[in-house]
Amino acid sequence: MKSIRNHLSLVIALLSILFSIQIFNIVDRSVMAYKKNLSTNYSLVVVSNMTLNNKEIADADSNIDSMTELSPDNVIQRLNTGMSTKNMELLKHTLPKFYKVKLKHYPSPGEIESVTKNLLQNKNITKVENFSQSHDTTYKLLLLFKNVVSLFAVSIFVITTLLIFKELRIWQFKHSERMSIMALFGAPTWLRSAVLFRLAIVDALITSVIAFALFTYTAASPWVLKQFSDIGISIVIFDPIYDFLMLAGVAMFLSILLATLIVLGHKEEV
Amino acid sequence: MDKVIIASNLSLSYSNDETIINKANFSVDSGSFIFITGASGSGKSTLLKSLYGALSPKEGSLIVGGVELRNVSGSKLNFLRRHIGIVFQDYKLVKEWTIEKNIMLPLIINGYEKGVTQNQVDSLLKHVRLKHQAGKYPQELSGGEQQRVAMARALSHNPILILADEPTGNLDDYSSQLIWNLLEGANTQLKTTVIVVTHHIPEAMGVAYKHFHIEFGSIHEVN
Repeated sequence: MKSIRNHLSLVIALLSILFSIQIFNIVDRSVMAYKKNLSTNYSLVVVSNMTLNNKEIADADSNIDSMTELSPDNVIQRLNTGMSTKNMELLKHTLPKFYKVKLKHYPSPGEIESVTKNLLQNKNITKVENFSQSHDTTYKLLLLFKNVVSLFAVSIFVITTLLIFKELRIWQFKHSERMSIMALFGAPTWLRSAVLFRLAIVDALITSVIAFALFTYTAASPWVLKQFSDIGISIVIFDPIYDFLMLAGVAMFLSILLATLIVLGHKEEV
Repeated sequence: MDKVIIASNLSLSYSNDETIINKANFSVDSGSFIFITGASGSGKSTLLKSLYGALSPKEGSLIVGGVELRNVSGSKLNFLRRHIGIVFQDYKLVKEWTIEKNIMLPLIINGYEKGVTQNQVDSLLKHVRLKHQAGKYPQELSGGEQQRVAMARALSHNPILILADEPTGNLDDYSSQLIWNLLEGANTQLKTTVIVVTHHIPEAMGVAYKHFHIEFGSIHEVN
């Protein structure tokens, strides 16, 4: 029981940090996936007097991915109120050319402005419709969501770091007597600290295993999967290799840092 | 005869203000039994601390086991301490370890093999009459029993020097006698140098000893 209590306090603090990191990861991936969705649906409309080729448009701005010509047939059909075929052909030739320009990623408002400016430098392009108003609103909402979650993750990180420092003081108190006694019998620093480092490594491993189990379960939970499918995105909630190694690395680094600080702060009793 | 301790013009203090031991000169022969006495606050324990390097000399020189302790390096101090057995008045046992592991500590530090370590600990537990308590923790034992564990720990690695700070201070007669017998045994059979800080020298000592007395910061031998 005492042994479990010894481990529990650090394990809980470390687990909270790993939890906030993984939550941040999930939100970041969700935002990226949502941005990708938006970029698929988002495009600019370019109006030109002359036929444009793909290369001259792609060269205009590095953010441009592709360009497709929009057929004027729909517009002509609506104007077709008893017009002769000859007049229809004439109208078709006098109408400007419409192009749909897709971008490589979902752009920021600044990038949209820059792409628009670069396209308008082409003398044949008379108008660029970038739908900036609705784009700006979506982009800002996305940023707000990401920032709120980041703030939440940072808050958890700060609180748990404070918890870890409190734990550090308890450890310092608990281990300093043993370390002093060992020093009195000539134990070198590495031997005096061995118990502390072993405890830190064991706690980091316990935390990593709990985090692995928790996130693997969460990632497979039908309720969680439904939430993501409802907003139309599909992301890796927990990568059992990459995410596990990253979380285990953070837990190991923090607990070893904690043990190192205790060893460095230890003063021999006189 | 070889000298285990040589002090020349040794001054000790905890801060720059008050000198506790002032320009003391003394030496201790290898294999001798020494008592250090003095009134409370005279500097007995301070002197003992300086002998195991917990307090560095303010002035002069202090050589213990061939190691100069003034400005000694950490590795040299560790080396010296691995050859010293210390018995503290407050026992200084590791609370979260069993008494068996406490006795093992100097053997682990000195890198003894597991088999040797276990045999030595078993033998010492018999000597201090605590074989049946091997798996208990220090706080489960009486003060006398804890001091016997501390004594066994100090003897476990056959040190060249044993330093004991009032080892029988608050003990019952049985435990006190056991401690004195062990100290005498180490001195006569293993030729270990023993230095004991105490208020009272036992009347019936089975070994020849020297007696140093500390008064007003100076150390003198009592004949």
